[in-house]
Amino acid sequence: MPVDLEKILRPVDNPFAPYPPKVVALATGQPMVIRQVDRDDIPDLLPHVEPLLHHERDYYDVVAARVYSELLGHYKYRYQDQYVLVGQIDGHLAAIVNGRFVNKKLGMSLHTLAMHRGLRVGAHCFAAKMEYHIDIVGQDEVLVVAESPIGFRRWMIEYQLEKRYEVPHELGGVPSYALTRALFDKARGSLIVGKRPVSAALLNKAQAGILPPTDPPKAAPDFLAATRSVYDSTGTARIRKGKGGERHA
Amino acid sequence: MREVYAVGIGITSFTRLEYPLVEIAGYASILALKDAGLDQVDQVYLANMAAARLNHQTAVASALVDHLNLQPAGAATIENGPASGAAAIKEGFQAIASGMADTVMVTGAERMSEVNQLEATDVVASLSHPLSEAIYGVTLPSLAGMFTRLYMEKYGVTRRHLALVAIKNHANALMNPFAHVQTAISLEGILDGPDAPTNNPIIADPLHFFDVCPVSDGGACVILASAEVAKKLKKPLIRLAGVGQATDTHAVHERENPTDLLAVRLAARKAYEMAGIKPADVDVAELHDAFTILEIAESEEVGFFKKGEGHLALEQGETKIGGKIPINTSGGLKAKGHPVGATGVGQAHEIVTQLRGAGFKRQVKNAKVGLTLNFGGFGNNVVCLVFAKE
Repeated sequence: MPVDLEKILRPVDNPFAPYPPKVVALATGQPMVIRQVDRDDIPDLLPHVEPLLHHERDYYDVVAARVYSELLGHYKYRYQDQYVLVGQIDGHLAAIVNGRFVNKKLGMSLHTLAMHRGLRVGAHCFAAKMEYHIDIVGQDEVLVVAESPIGFRRWMIEYQLEKRYEVPHELGGVPSYALTRALFDKARGSLIVGKRPVSAALLNKAQAGILPPTDPPKAAPDFLAATRSVYDSTGTARIRKGKGGERHA
Repeated sequence: MREVYAVGIGITSFTRLEYPLVEIAGYASILALKDAGLDQVDQVYLANMAAARLNHQTAVASALVDHLNLQPAGAATIENGPASGAAAIKEGFQAIASGMADTVMVTGAERMSEVNQLEATDVVASLSHPLSEAIYGVTLPSLAGMFTRLYMEKYGVTRRHLALVAIKNHANALMNPFAHVQTAISLEGILDGPDAPTNNPIIADPLHFFDVCPVSDGGACVILASAEVAKKLKKPLIRLAGVGQATDTHAVHERENPTDLLAVRLAARKAYEMAGIKPADVDVAELHDAFTILEIAESEEVGFFKKGEGHLALEQGETKIGGKIPINTSGGLKAKGHPVGATGVGQAHEIVTQLRGAGFKRQVKNAKVGLTLNFGGFGNNVVCLVFAKE
């Protein structure tokens, strides 16, 4: 009798309330729509995550690699109870955040990948993720880890997260911290902002399609390449051409 | 005294530069030497505030000379806190004016991102009074916060005025490819909108995130020369016409009136006297807006506006490009960035650029006289420079 292995390998998602979209006003004055995306939207996200695997700055490579794997796992039904939220500015992808519901009481924050920097885009989307766990689903706490100094500053310091070192996080490695309902309530109105409902025009624009990030993180430009090209093997520049050309001439 | 000219300029982007400090300084220097058409100078001054702590390196001027193969030029590192850059230009001016040198390369460089931001703030705070300020945890943002609060109470400056400085300088930085912060901001986003308190959180009350300059890396260079050399180089003749420096008490609380920036006033007065001009003759200025309030206060102390009226002029758009006296066309420290030792030289770079008419989208029309104000400590050591196009 044939065995349908897929049925064994595929986790069964539990029903959780969907995340209601909201809009946050950025420092530029532009609105950013934060909304939940479906499994079917994942192929539209992956091409914008992939380039960041090669971005060796601020741990983008590590975070992008993990997000790529989590999104792919979600798309191919290998990740239980995962959700994905995106931030979009004028339809353009600005951030991806994801997490997982461990059970009715405990949430597991996975990653925050900001594709537009300098405007708290990642921080706003992380806040939305915490809001999803605590306010929408009604969980008691969310386990959080940071994989970059920026993440540590944004989550552990800004929210004053509680240590949960004794509880392993699913991402492994670094010690766990927890956002509790009490900490979330404290951050309400200061770190947790935005408004609902999102106007039909804004929401339609966001849902019409995920447009590429307008200003994704790029490799640091090698401003100094031009000078390196005139260095000799000892690392000393040869700018005195035409005047002897020799050092200590 | 002999006349002194700025004959070459060079700059790196003010941003996070992942290269050794000497390479950053070297890059700006090579560009400036190339701009001037020189391959040797008599003297090198390297402005830097904290390489010993930030980069574990001292005697950076010697390293730079070797790096660029400029031996046997004289070389010295100038450390004068955030005013290191303009202080080094002043040294260069003196060397040429006195006849000791015909050509001087003044380079400013700082690489702050080698340490984390908390440590960078701590390093900068070491310029405060060790026994009456630093020991109590006073940092530059906290001093600026107290200064701002007092200024608001005395003169009616509001958070809106501070935000207007930030918005103007961010807009200017968008026209400067070397600027660190390339983001337009709006009143709604940082002050009026419902989410503004989160986008623009308090740093040191009443100063918020967008009132404070970023921590930057960067290098800038100005080549100074005697009139005889300058006239041979076929560059626009930009004369360093006025140099003024003044000091004030180390600890801010010892000042009779802490909202008076006496050293700024005196340094500017000296520079005007030497240049033989009045504040109204200045067409463009780079002021030291490490905090937004400083642009307002300094614009008054250098004589552009009456004391207590700088914010009103700002409100009227008089400090915008196209206004009566455009201030911080480069984006200022607020948005161009603040690699501490390079800042004063970067200001001179911008003014020479403007006087050459090479400011492109941010060019001030018919700019003939420009001023820089480099503010050390919390106003205890200030250098003011006046450049004039001939």
